[in-house]
Amino acid sequence: MSILVIAEHDHKSIKPITLNVVAAALAIDADVHVLVAGTDCANAAEEAAKINDVTKVLKADAPELSHRLAENLAPVVVDIASGYSHILAPATTFGKNVSPRVAALLDTQQISDISAVHDADTFDRPIYAGNAIATVKSSDALKIITVRGTAFDPVGAEGGSASIEDVASKGDAGLSSFKGQELSESDRPELTAAKIVISGGRGVGSGENFALIEKLADKLGAAVGASRAAVDAGYVPNDYQVGQTGKVVAPDLYIAIGISGAIQHLAGMKGSKIIVAINKDEEAPIFNVADYGLVADLFDAVPELIEKL
Amino acid sequence: MKVLVPVKRAIDYNVKIRVKADNTGVETANVKMSINPFDEIAIEEATKLKEAGKVTEIVVVSIGPSQAQETIRNAMAIGADRGILVETDLPTDIGGVEPLAVAKTLKAIVDKEQPDLVIMGKQSIDDDSNQTGQMLSALLGWSQGTFASKVELGDGTVDVTREIDGGLETLTLQMPAIITTDLRLNEPRYASLPNIMKAKKKSLEITKPEDYGVDFSPRLSVVKVVEPAPRVGGGKVESVDELIDKLKNEAKVI
Repeated sequence: MSILVIAEHDHKSIKPITLNVVAAALAIDADVHVLVAGTDCANAAEEAAKINDVTKVLKADAPELSHRLAENLAPVVVDIASGYSHILAPATTFGKNVSPRVAALLDTQQISDISAVHDADTFDRPIYAGNAIATVKSSDALKIITVRGTAFDPVGAEGGSASIEDVASKGDAGLSSFKGQELSESDRPELTAAKIVISGGRGVGSGENFALIEKLADKLGAAVGASRAAVDAGYVPNDYQVGQTGKVVAPDLYIAIGISGAIQHLAGMKGSKIIVAINKDEEAPIFNVADYGLVADLFDAVPELIEKL
Repeated sequence: MKVLVPVKRAIDYNVKIRVKADNTGVETANVKMSINPFDEIAIEEATKLKEAGKVTEIVVVSIGPSQAQETIRNAMAIGADRGILVETDLPTDIGGVEPLAVAKTLKAIVDKEQPDLVIMGKQSIDDDSNQTGQMLSALLGWSQGTFASKVELGDGTVDVTREIDGGLETLTLQMPAIITTDLRLNEPRYASLPNIMKAKKKSLEITKPEDYGVDFSPRLSVVKVVEPAPRVGGGKVESVDELIDKLKNEAKVI
């Protein structure tokens, strides 16, 4: 049987997380198909066809699929599900929104946010904000899974030459419609895909002071994150939040500045390869997970860092 | 207008959890339990709608052990009018009652209670599945507004602003609808003592899974539960110069 990956894309191009999900699929079985459901999404479908080791791309192109509404997208997946042993989606707000809807329609108990594949039925998933790892074995004939992208190294975006096949949209369910959006404008890399992440916490002190974090990030070509305390204090928007209730990141380098290291924050970043902590409180729990801890006032250390890098 | 709010009893978010010595799960005996924080936000939102005169009745539902009655009473002290407990001794974190079974039970309750809106937490902080709202919406054939940071009732519709990767998105949902709450939707109030006393007198119906004809047998068996590999940290540097040197020459990440 084949495996279906539900691609995350913006109609023009494939989001990088899709490459991590394909990697998880390849850890289960070799025949991986990718569904690109959108509006005028031929470009995204062509990009998907180039993903290394993908054998087929299914393209559902219809106006009602323009805003990834779960009510319209789930029936498209359900319609083609019978040909697959596993259906995988990224554990992003997109995948988390649509995948359980598909699972319920197919009377399947979804396996959320997997971080490892043992065999075709058995997977690891973090529970309790990553403070425990459960290995679970599914008895469902079809497995519906969301994948923690940072747990799987991405496959190559180039090298494949899959065929593209059209599949039908099931129409507009008429249950919901798109009204508007406010997206953060930034030239910096996406938080969950960045190689370097610089995060600020309550110690940064204000929204204005966050410019210091951003300046360091730009010097290193890094993404900017924040602790929940900094988000709650209104220094930065919510989508900067790294942690249990925000984003899970695992970059090569994570620099935590003015962050004490609450359990909720650690859950979102302790998979990073190298962790640096800069904090003036030497008792801060963040130092327990840091490879390189610098006990210093961030308003002295960060400008010095920017100058010397 | 009637609102249904499902709530879950879970280990308190401040507790540092311990994995059981036999690796079958997480220790829940003699551990502080509380209402799942996202569910508390859901009950607060329903209560605010009631205070604004838009909602007439709030029904709270929980699936769990007998002690989940306390969780329901907590929700009543915030603003729910009556409660239903589906009592089960199966674990509710993992290896027991799973999101699909919960969604099926809630569907049976929705069919009977006929609410216009179901407001519930986006996930519980024990199994972190983030599935039940979407599944309930699918089983009912309703609209879904997940990860809500703002809810505005219209005429037969509800506008839900959702926290998505990269920002916010607003959808207009046809009612009846399912809304799942994110952290910034509101700040739950502390229940006042008079309201805690009043909550004790509100109606709480205790039912069994069999009453809803739902099979609670888990589809996912737990092979093992372990603690994550500990991170070896605690390394220190004395200066910015030393930090830059280590990052360049030891870790080779810049």
